[in-house]
Amino acid sequence: MEATVAKTSTDQKTWDGGNRPLNASYGKMMMWFFIVSDALTFSGFLAAYGFSRFKFIDSWPIADEVFTHIPFIHGNFPMYYVAFMTFILIFSSVTMVLAVDAGHHMKKNKVIVYLFLTIIGGAIFVGSQAWEWGTFIKGTYGAVETKGGKILQFLNTDGERQAITDFAISIPSERVTEQSNDGIWFQSESPRTSVSFEEVKKGFLADESLLIRTQYLNDNGERIILSRAESIAKLEKDGKLIVEGANLKHNEYGTPLFADFFFFITGFHGFHVFSGVIFNILVFFNVIIGTYERRGHYEMVEKVGLYWHFVDLVWVFVFTVFYLV
Amino acid sequence: MAHEEHNLAIFRGRLKFKSNVQKIWGVFILLSIITIIEVALGIIKPEFLTSNTLFALKYLNWIFLALTIVKAYYITWDFMHMRDEKMGLRRAVVWTAVFLICYLLFIILLEGDYIYNVYAENYVKFDF
Repeated sequence: MEATVAKTSTDQKTWDGGNRPLNASYGKMMMWFFIVSDALTFSGFLAAYGFSRFKFIDSWPIADEVFTHIPFIHGNFPMYYVAFMTFILIFSSVTMVLAVDAGHHMKKNKVIVYLFLTIIGGAIFVGSQAWEWGTFIKGTYGAVETKGGKILQFLNTDGERQAITDFAISIPSERVTEQSNDGIWFQSESPRTSVSFEEVKKGFLADESLLIRTQYLNDNGERIILSRAESIAKLEKDGKLIVEGANLKHNEYGTPLFADFFFFITGFHGFHVFSGVIFNILVFFNVIIGTYERRGHYEMVEKVGLYWHFVDLVWVFVFTVFYLV
Repeated sequence: MAHEEHNLAIFRGRLKFKSNVQKIWGVFILLSIITIIEVALGIIKPEFLTSNTLFALKYLNWIFLALTIVKAYYITWDFMHMRDEKMGLRRAVVWTAVFLICYLLFIILLEGDYIYNVYAENYVKFDF
């Protein structure tokens, strides 16, 4: 254990950082303190998420049912894609720390290769995040929102989810999405859902095998499924709106707050990854043109490395809080 | 910068590596194993871990949080080289963050649980 008592002899400068009690360079120390403040920002967000989750503990969406997609493959694969994203980010952390290590040994070419791999990993992660957002916004099965803002999802008697577009019976109507060039006073209209509530209701009443699943959880943490009679009563009494996918106001998977936090927290983290990639690219080119070779040390790689690892660190927590817990 | 004094042992000195590069790969394997365990538990969800709770959280969730903190420890200590820094810097960074985050989580989550109970057990619905 190192002693933490600072030497205060008179032969060296007392003020102006003369004693160097932390023995770290100015830049690295400031990067650490920035990381502390950023960590507190992120924990504020995650704590807010936890607050809302505890507040609606009996009706919060189950992540396994929300994030079930893998690019190019159809089917139900909970978690696999986020696990892949986590590996990408951890691996890019490894290449980053290898770049830092190569920098300590002044091996310019190795730094270049490892930094390049780090940038590629970061780009794959940001792309995956964008794809994940896209699938979440687009939605899967669609749902009905009640007058109270709760979500009703549809199952068949075997417990399999049914897409509203599959069972809705089309009702001929003239209603189309109006464009702003259609009328003089008309301003704008939000996009219309692919089926209307009346069509879904008609299809639901016609098909005896359909049931409604509420967003409330029973004691085992499973969603409560209504009987056929209860389902019909619920849909006729409370049903109001069709929801397809998720945005900041409506969310077919459950409470809109879940979508709000998802967009905000993963968006803020994705922005960090994006800016990290930009920093890495800047340092990458500086390494190539030999700036740090001339400077005599690769501390800049170490500093962006700290930031990059921090981004990975935050993702570890976001992954747990959003997808696992 | 000729500081090569990397601390090459993890698990409190039980696992020693020959070089810094080897340690990096060792830590990567450790982090991968932890992630695989997390994902496997998240997909299987063993019955005895989800049916019991401790302080309003299921056992499974406590395991996830513990594994996450283990991962965070190794990322900070080995990838960010906290193991090699002076104790003063380590404490200034880690203790500050850990203390403030624990405090924040404690008050915020307790408040969330309280509001849930107010919604569930009282007649107050929106106006408070």
